[in-house]
Amino acid sequence: MSGLGSWAARRLLLGGAQTVAVVVLVFALTEALPGDAAVALAGDQPDPARIAAIREALDLDRPAYERLADWATGLLHADFGHSLTSGRPVSSYISDAFGPTLLLAGLTVALLVPVGVGLGVLAARYEGRFVDRLISSVTLGVYAVPEFAFGVLLVTVFALRLDWLPPTAVGYGTDLLGHPAALVLPVLVLLSRPVCSLSRLVRAGMIDALASPYVAHARRYGIPGARVRYAHALPNAMAPAAQQLARTVDWLLCGVIVVEALFVIPGLGTVLMNAVAERDVPVVQGLAVVFGVITVVLNLGADLVAHRFAPRAEVAA
Amino acid sequence: MREYPGLRRRGFLAAASGVGALALVGCGSSDNDSGSDAGSANDGKPRRGGRLRAAFAGGGASETLDPHLANLFADVARAKALFDKLADYGDDLSAQPRLASGWEPNAGLDRWNVTLRKADFHDGKPVTAEDVLFSYRRIADPEKAFRAKASLEPIDLKASRAVDERTVEFVLKRPTAEFPNVLAAFGAYIVPDATSDADFDKKPVGSGPFRFVSFAPGRSAVFRRNEAYWDGAPHLDELEFVVANEESARVNALLGGQVEYAHELNPTTARAHEGKGQIEIVRLRNSAMQAFAMKTDRPPFDDKRVREAFFLIADRQELIDGALSGAGVVGNDLFGKGYEYYADGLPQREQDLDRARSLLKKAGAEKLKVTLDTSAVAAGFTEAAGIFRDQAAKAGVTVEVKMGSKDSYWADILDSGTLCCYRSGAMPIESHISQRLLTDSTTNATKWHHKDFDALYHQAQSTKDEKDRAAVFDRMQRRLYAEGGFLVWGFADWIIGTARTVKGVERTAPANSLDWARFDKVWLA
Repeated sequence: MSGLGSWAARRLLLGGAQTVAVVVLVFALTEALPGDAAVALAGDQPDPARIAAIREALDLDRPAYERLADWATGLLHADFGHSLTSGRPVSSYISDAFGPTLLLAGLTVALLVPVGVGLGVLAARYEGRFVDRLISSVTLGVYAVPEFAFGVLLVTVFALRLDWLPPTAVGYGTDLLGHPAALVLPVLVLLSRPVCSLSRLVRAGMIDALASPYVAHARRYGIPGARVRYAHALPNAMAPAAQQLARTVDWLLCGVIVVEALFVIPGLGTVLMNAVAERDVPVVQGLAVVFGVITVVLNLGADLVAHRFAPRAEVAA
Repeated sequence: MREYPGLRRRGFLAAASGVGALALVGCGSSDNDSGSDAGSANDGKPRRGGRLRAAFAGGGASETLDPHLANLFADVARAKALFDKLADYGDDLSAQPRLASGWEPNAGLDRWNVTLRKADFHDGKPVTAEDVLFSYRRIADPEKAFRAKASLEPIDLKASRAVDERTVEFVLKRPTAEFPNVLAAFGAYIVPDATSDADFDKKPVGSGPFRFVSFAPGRSAVFRRNEAYWDGAPHLDELEFVVANEESARVNALLGGQVEYAHELNPTTARAHEGKGQIEIVRLRNSAMQAFAMKTDRPPFDDKRVREAFFLIADRQELIDGALSGAGVVGNDLFGKGYEYYADGLPQREQDLDRARSLLKKAGAEKLKVTLDTSAVAAGFTEAAGIFRDQAAKAGVTVEVKMGSKDSYWADILDSGTLCCYRSGAMPIESHISQRLLTDSTTNATKWHHKDFDALYHQAQSTKDEKDRAAVFDRMQRRLYAEGGFLVWGFADWIIGTARTVKGVERTAPANSLDWARFDKVWLA
């Protein structure tokens, strides 16, 4: 396991470098966008004198590298800086919005693993038969529907027509646990596509594994079918699935924008969208750091899992 | 550590995606009883009690309750509930007294005595002349960039003083006949003397119809009835503002009974639900000017015959039907249909392609090619550009549509390009002229620079007699109608959805006016 330890350390270092690169890149890209916070703030009153005044007040008249250096120095002291538009600390933006997004992502993952793996195993077990064909065609079909359309469809049917669930989480703020019914539709929308991709990966991995020589060998020893499936074949199928899962969690944390907008959930996606539109660079950068760190940590975790389940797969960094 | 100025993105007048206005009037509009109740007929007797939840598009986590920062519709609606201005705009965008009970100019129109009514802040202290001066000085702070700063520019705040507790003497830098418009300016709210920046988020104190209860930026703001409100206590017990940026989310929340009031809906949504009985659709006419702006200082539009040809190319009804889904009325190349001083005596401009072609020929501009700048910054912009391109093709003009960035659009079109999509929310005609059509106007998108036109404006501002002043404004508008740079093709409706239990919603006030997004006069049946 000491090899694993140094491998993990190398991965962490690499991850740190990746995060720094993301932050610099985000800064450069935000600088390259047409207009800056002053122009965005001025909106339809682009009085040049006012834009200049805002620019000065926001320190935007200083060179880009100075602003980046200042911000990075603050970061070393865990100071994310202040929003350009409201003056509130960026850390409060992140901490306020983190809860709802984490809750959505957590619930989705908690359901995603059993449902995705279960469907995949089921389909693999009945490969080529009716159950497999049903699961495969439904997952393919659902996967093809964009989240937004799926969300609108679910809201129309279950909230507005049948009146079973609330159509949005408007007015609940971050207290989503107090209104669990409001979580059902968003989580369903978030689940829809990852379940499909995960179950198809597990199915493919299982079918490969079940056809492999070591499974055939295990069968020859008379080991019961269930044990062969779950103890021998499934772990092999889990390696690619774990990595897919890590990518899904990234996507859940960074890409729930559509769901948050549709259901009015004040999470990280909403904050990011507003911040980009407002050219609120410190907030965008703060989020980039958070997303960067999460992505690095999750992928590291996924690789460790893959390492553990299928060491022979020689998972590369 | 960092000074932050006012104003968030998505300007108020051009706010996010719509156009328009709403007004709520219950019994009696503003503070005179002669107000028309035409819009809210059959609403029955007001009932006291209940909480109304209103969904607006908002500014996310960077929202504040500082009324001087108000820039979005949601900000203004919240500011209006907590605070008062000295005056506000009536349905025709003329200034109506609010905290000011009256104003009296001197003969030269450069010194105004403004009398305050008896009103109290939420902490029980009376509203005094010192509070007014403090508020205006805060807005005009040269270090900051509050939106109303430009509007207050005519006031010499150093020389202005409190005559007594309830009288302010404003000294102006030049004669300003329309000074009451300044008192009604967007964001010119009165806050208590010595309020600090930090007070607004924690415990804002105003003199408005509702008191502060709680606020979570980008999510919700809860206010409670102010029993001691000088204009009569609101009917509602509580008012909650919630933020939902997606139009579909606002509609769904309204249909699902999660809110009772949804601001800013699409024409297609309105059509789908109008008359179905599930929700009420309120259309506020004449709320947002829709136009193309031609830069009059550069070819091809430096030739007034080309500008006139373009006026004649537009099929206005087709633009309304196509770009606004029919939710609007045609324009006549002038700002402010239905507002005070609007020149309504001019003939309605119609499409006349033959005359347009012959004008272009005379100007030597056959086979003309023009780039039309547009962007998804406002509803209908890209559609309008496409429709106009096709209309122009029939007159032999090639229009090339160029999509610009949404977030810097208004700054981009100010100086560059020759032709662009343009729009504006409601404001007095005088403000439109002073902000956009004078040589030294800061946002002169048509580059309309005419010394004689400036002189007319200053003449109007130093004319005390209202009739004479109206005549001057009429002259200025005739000039713009004949050869101006704004091709005003329509005025869009502002669309609001309410639950059927919501009563007393005024239907005649354009957006930005007093009775729009005003919740102290509505009630829940």
